[in-house]
Amino acid sequence: MNIAKSIGKNGIVRFLKRDWGKRSVIGIPYFFLIMLFTVPFLVVLKLSVSETDGIHFEDLTSYADGIFNIKIKLSNYIFLGTDPLYVETYWSSIKFAAINTVICLIIGYPFAYFMARSPASMRPALLMLVSLPFWTSYLLRVYAWKGLLDDNGVFNNLLMWMHLIDQPIKMMYTGFSMTIGMVYTYVPFMILPLYSNLVKMDLRLLEAANDLGATPWKAFWLVTVPLSKNGIVAGAMLVFIPSVGEYVIPELLGGPSTLMIGRVLWDEFFSNNDWAMASSVAVTMVGLILIPLAIFNKYQADSGGVRGV
Amino acid sequence: MNSKLGKTWLFAGYVFLYLPIITLIVFSFNDSKMVTLWGGFTFKWYGVIAHDTEVVDGFILSMKIALMTATASVVLGMLAAFAMVRYKSFFGRTTFSAHINAPLVVPEVITGLSLLLFFVMCERLFGMPERGIFTIWAGHTSVGMAYAAVVIQSRLLEMDKSLEEAAMDLGCRPFQVFYLVTLPLIVQSIMAAWLLTFTISLDDVVSTAFLSGPGSTTLPIVILSRARLGLDPTVNAIATITVAVVAVGVLASSLWLSRQERRRVAEQSAAYREGMLVAIEA
Repeated sequence: MNIAKSIGKNGIVRFLKRDWGKRSVIGIPYFFLIMLFTVPFLVVLKLSVSETDGIHFEDLTSYADGIFNIKIKLSNYIFLGTDPLYVETYWSSIKFAAINTVICLIIGYPFAYFMARSPASMRPALLMLVSLPFWTSYLLRVYAWKGLLDDNGVFNNLLMWMHLIDQPIKMMYTGFSMTIGMVYTYVPFMILPLYSNLVKMDLRLLEAANDLGATPWKAFWLVTVPLSKNGIVAGAMLVFIPSVGEYVIPELLGGPSTLMIGRVLWDEFFSNNDWAMASSVAVTMVGLILIPLAIFNKYQADSGGVRGV
Repeated sequence: MNSKLGKTWLFAGYVFLYLPIITLIVFSFNDSKMVTLWGGFTFKWYGVIAHDTEVVDGFILSMKIALMTATASVVLGMLAAFAMVRYKSFFGRTTFSAHINAPLVVPEVITGLSLLLFFVMCERLFGMPERGIFTIWAGHTSVGMAYAAVVIQSRLLEMDKSLEEAAMDLGCRPFQVFYLVTLPLIVQSIMAAWLLTFTISLDDVVSTAFLSGPGSTTLPIVILSRARLGLDPTVNAIATITVAVVAVGVLASSLWLSRQERRRVAEQSAAYREGMLVAIEA
């Protein structure tokens, strides 16, 4: 009787203790994530449909004379959907992000493949060399391309010195310079998940394919590539999603013809001071990346994360 | 695939990754206003930035914010990682994991704008916070804690849980288990997460631009405003200093981590041998 009582009591105490531990372990980070991520986005959502007077916003709801009013202003969205420049900007952002993703895959897949198939003793060093540029400023690495691609830049000087050209080739402030900057910035995000996927592959499967008569090339396409599908998806999302809204690269390396939505949002906010319009642009951008975001989240949840740099 | 192609591809890839960084460094020693034409070797740009108050003040502010961000991110990220790994079912777990993964990829213009508008709303309702070091810190931490959570989470997932269970069986309290068993096992990933969030904060420019107020200009904002105008040798000098600091930091921390790892392995095998001896004697 006594023993049973004390066990029961202990059990309750332990249960309570454990439960509070669990609650705070989950609750504290959850609180911060919601306060710093969800609530701010809801504010943006609200402001994008609010009536504005400069930077002053009216409330969405009002109550007067027994009538409860909800006022939702959709004119920003209508403008975004019909203005040709905005529509073109959205297309152009998606286009540049897609081109960037494809080039990163073309460069990054063989790179990750050869890394994963190199001698095991060399792999840590090779991996370190890929992730090392992460630790230096991304802003400065983008800026570096200015010096390389400028009309008076290193590449043009070199080509002129070798008498291959007499006039500098116009590379800066074009789609070309911006794409190079994007590929350069994002290719490690493609390589790392692909590498961690390919390095885990069971090489006996390739031997089996070989025994069954497949050429190495055929085995690569029929065995290796399908098995690395998860790595491809993770890498593609890690590259595509942030590059849709990229600001620094179009600002430093892009030109008037390279319309990007992140830069438009920035200008709406900082130059035009149109906070409501900037909010609508942000909400639309989230709409553009929502599906890729869901794919990425599913992949992360399944694999437990790939971004351990 | 043949190894010659492989070696060429890897070599070309590394050249692509490092060429811009190398040119940045080389041209920081260039004695010519034209950044891309070589005019002789000089240290003068380092002297110029040492007396440039905008750069020095920006650097000090950036360091302060990065220290605060890294520390807060690691604490919150560790809690989030524990929540994800240890509790397989709780109310809102799917949303929780989406909240951790989304900040890794969502474009910074969105997070920056939304946090700014949120803070502006708070300021109107409660009269605080003013835009400045606090708001920048909050913005960096919201992204930093997600990175820290992912790094620590992957370490927790591969950790042997039976070690914690053994400690619990031997009478450790939950807090003791954490302090004596779990923490030493994940300390490397905590260090890595701290360094990663530190550099992310030190480097961040987009959300900082949204969240900074008058008088809180960080170093990346100074760099961006100069880089926009064109090539500037002082930017190259700043770049060279950061590369040097990072190289030393990464080298030192990887040496420290590998020593830690060797010591852990040695301790483990010593404990194992001792255990075997005890078993044989018994």
